[in-house]
Amino acid sequence: MGKFGKKNKVSENIPTSALPDIIFMLLFFFMVTTVLRDQEILVEQKIPQATQLQKLQKKTLISYMFIGKPKNVALYGSEPRIQANDALMNPSDIVQWVNQERDLLPEADRGGITISLKVDKDVKMGPISDVQTELREADARRVLYASVGKVANN
Amino acid sequence: MARKKNRMVQEVNAGSMADIAFLLLIFFLVTTTIASDKGILNVLPPKVDPNVPPPDIQKNERNIYTILVNANDDLLVEGEYRENADGLDKDVKAFVLNFGAPDEEAAALYNSLPASLQAEAARNPESSDHPSEAVVSIKTNRGTSYEKYLEVLDLVKKAYFDIYATRANLTTDEYRALGGKDDAEQALIDKGKEGIAMQISIAEPDKLGSN
Repeated sequence: MGKFGKKNKVSENIPTSALPDIIFMLLFFFMVTTVLRDQEILVEQKIPQATQLQKLQKKTLISYMFIGKPKNVALYGSEPRIQANDALMNPSDIVQWVNQERDLLPEADRGGITISLKVDKDVKMGPISDVQTELREADARRVLYASVGKVANN
Repeated sequence: MARKKNRMVQEVNAGSMADIAFLLLIFFLVTTTIASDKGILNVLPPKVDPNVPPPDIQKNERNIYTILVNANDDLLVEGEYRENADGLDKDVKAFVLNFGAPDEEAAALYNSLPASLQAEAARNPESSDHPSEAVVSIKTNRGTSYEKYLEVLDLVKKAYFDIYATRANLTTDEYRALGGKDDAEQALIDKGKEGIAMQISIAEPDKLGSN
């Protein structure tokens, strides 16, 4: 009875040398899957959902255009505005902007320029159709309506 | 006359390395965004040349599937009022695959379709003649919300992708993920699309409704 031997006390050191490795793995994962924010977005962006999403193969051909209500209402008003390259612009500037973007691409790819429209879901079709008219004018006819995946509810 | 030092088990203290890595990790979490280059691809029509009159295309009313969306996001599909867009993809699919009055080419196309798609052909004389004639027209209003427009466009695209995927013997998701990177993928894409072009017309919104 009562013959439980007392264990010796050993100074316990939990090996933590693997912890940095795990965190580095996480770090590399994030470095690979994300992109650095290259511009500050001045308009609201609540991207609508859709199911039939396609991914473009050549990312270099994409130019982004953001449309939405300005975040700074006091400065820019509450009407939806267009943002491209860090600045708000009017629909009449789109043709020039598209030509600038196209000039940045290699000669062979210029026909395939794709405009990714990141539009807030509260925007009405009026401004969108103005933008589309301008894009047709600029002959940049490939348009990607950016959206996020919707979880099917059936 | 170097003296031998005592060899001890040397352990580098790596505890702070984790902290440094955490700092880096948090920096990346804060400054980056997850790239989302996904979306619905659409090709706009070429710009209208004012000197050239628009081509006079005679299309029978039955070959056009009209979807109207008004400023209150109500739908009028083929003259019928709808409260929401549910089930629109099935109707568009039935419209495209109707084969009401196929010509020779379309009859050959019909014979090449898998049985599950052949079964869809209702051969309704009121609906489209054959897929290459069928056009889906979406017309919005300046006051229509972008969200609704995208929802409708999404469902119409789904109808076409469903057809393509069935022809290529894939699920819709698999078909959409095909990028045409190599010949095998391109062949699958072509197999799906052959003879059934995605004909979606997006009409210019009318001026009614807000701004």
